[in-house]
Amino acid sequence: MADKFRLPETDDGTILFNVPFPKDLKELKNMKPIIIKQPYQIDYIHSYAQDSPFFAGLANGKLLSTKCPECGYTYGTPRLHCMYCGSECDWFELPSEGFVHCFTVCHFGSEEFLPETPFTLILVEWPKVDTLFLARLVNIDPADANLDWIGMKVKAQFKRNSKFKPTDVYFVPA
Amino acid sequence: MQDVYVVSGGVSKFAKARPDVTFQAMVKEAYDYALQDIGMTFKQGVELVDGTVASYFSDHFLRQLKAGSMVHDYLGMAPKHNKRIEGGGATGGLCFQAAWESVASGRFDVCLAFGWETMSRVNTWKGNEFIALASDVNFDYPVGGFYSGYYAMMVTRHMKEYGTTVDQMALVSVKNHNNAYHNPYAQKRMKIKIEDVRNSEMVAWPLTMLDICTMSDGAAVMLFVNEKGLNKLEKALGGARLKPSKVTGVGGGMDAMRMSDRPHGKVPLLSHEKASDYKNLKYPGVHSFRSGRMASKAAYEMAGITDPLNQIDFIELHDAYTSSEIQTYEDMGLCKYGEGGGFVKSGAPFMPNLDYGYKFPKQGLIPVNPSGGLIACGHPVGATGLMQGVFAHWQLQGTIAHHFGDPALQIKNAKRGVIHSHAGTGTYVTVSILEKGF
Ligand SMILES: [Zn+2]
Repeated sequence: MADKFRLPETDDGTILFNVPFPKDLKELKNMKPIIIKQPYQIDYIHSYAQDSPFFAGLANGKLLSTKCPECGYTYGTPRLHCMYCGSECDWFELPSEGFVHCFTVCHFGSEEFLPETPFTLILVEWPKVDTLFLARLVNIDPADANLDWIGMKVKAQFKRNSKFKPTDVYFVPA
Repeated sequence: MQDVYVVSGGVSKFAKARPDVTFQAMVKEAYDYALQDIGMTFKQGVELVDGTVASYFSDHFLRQLKAGSMVHDYLGMAPKHNKRIEGGGATGGLCFQAAWESVASGRFDVCLAFGWETMSRVNTWKGNEFIALASDVNFDYPVGGFYSGYYAMMVTRHMKEYGTTVDQMALVSVKNHNNAYHNPYAQKRMKIKIEDVRNSEMVAWPLTMLDICTMSDGAAVMLFVNEKGLNKLEKALGGARLKPSKVTGVGGGMDAMRMSDRPHGKVPLLSHEKASDYKNLKYPGVHSFRSGRMASKAAYEMAGITDPLNQIDFIELHDAYTSSEIQTYEDMGLCKYGEGGGFVKSGAPFMPNLDYGYKFPKQGLIPVNPSGGLIACGHPVGATGLMQGVFAHWQLQGTIAHHFGDPALQIKNAKRGVIHSHAGTGTYVTVSILEKGF
């Protein structure tokens, strides 16, 4: 007699090896919850779309942002359309030196960034630029965190191997 | 526009994890409580509720789309109207106001608002990743997306501008945890001191573990009615007189998602402030929440509040961080911008009757987060804003002792309470005003 057909067993996903089961179905209400692991992974086909020139700039050692030709509002983080008059903005290059507007040192973080802790986040300000820019500050001891870091002069540096992420630019004390 | 009342509410005990129930069954716990509190049966709910509004933040936590409709049918509400409200941390407050709108407009006479979040289905750091996706994924998230980090940056600027101190922030944590000691619904009920906050683990400088709310599983519901709905309910309940709270003000505001985009302009003034109060202040920058100011201004104007400190009996506000509670005192005009640190140090937002182990010159002037707030109760996002509404409703009814099994947190003769819900570094804020309605 041929063996009964069985699906091959694999050990990926979740294996629940044993579940106690009562004879009396009324006992089921006392059952502990079954908790299983469900992995979930996605690759997005993400487009930087109208923000793309910013990332092309980083790959070429330039920190770019936008300025409104209509009202003159100058953004520290680019947006193609002005928040105040709706006009299409023009690209320009930010100065490589700016100042720390505020900061924190993250000792924990989202799962993706946990291996990089502790890391320092700053918002960078520039004279005559109306808004700010979020970046990492490196080459500074996170254990020294103090309010005097605010106002510190910092300088942009660029990764040689661009990852096409905003972290292609980072700041160091100038 | 019709007058809108809250007639009942319920809250599930907030917990780190509730693997024993699905989200539908967890919401039903809160709903069952709200029903039994006014002597209503499940069947009467099915007959009398005209429609529902669902409040939950993240589809990622459950990996289940259309979850709102699944709760709606679990509560026996199919085939009536249902919609979902989502707005980050302010989801609950927005849902409160959506329920108010549906009743004020006359579309529904009876509307059920329900909210929940099940955050335990992923680990804490994955949960932080999901929450951080509520920041610009081109420019902000990839730099090190972490909400505690964002708020920490906002408060380092607040400290620099105004001299706010970490000990002042720690006092908020002391207040809220000590209050929650008397609230059986709260997740963290602890008597702590300033040093406990400062000695707990550093998360994002200068914020420690005890400066920050935790993730939770939990649910909350509120039942809204107009006059006609109130009459229908009272008739169905055999002529019982309910003890409603009246919604007398609603306000909302928002600000640019990217903190870097926040302008440096003028303060929108509340009626008791003058332009000269803020001559040299660049506002809101990243140190203040313009959305919180706009929401307060609109709600105060609608409710006729011109002197918030004296015309409000208590506030349940969105203290996801001790720092944001201090920043919110200022947005809500309890003190001027820059005075938030001094305000908590004065004892004004503490309960008048509790011993926190410190002497305060103005203890109990206007209790803020008598329940313990998000920091101690927990923050199951979609439930949070409604939880505040339920606690405020019980305060105005004078039934805290009954619901908490402890009278300590009952504000004496509370006539008017305010709830405040807040999302993503101030991208959405709602302020809603409830008054004793019986
Ligand atoms: Zn413009």
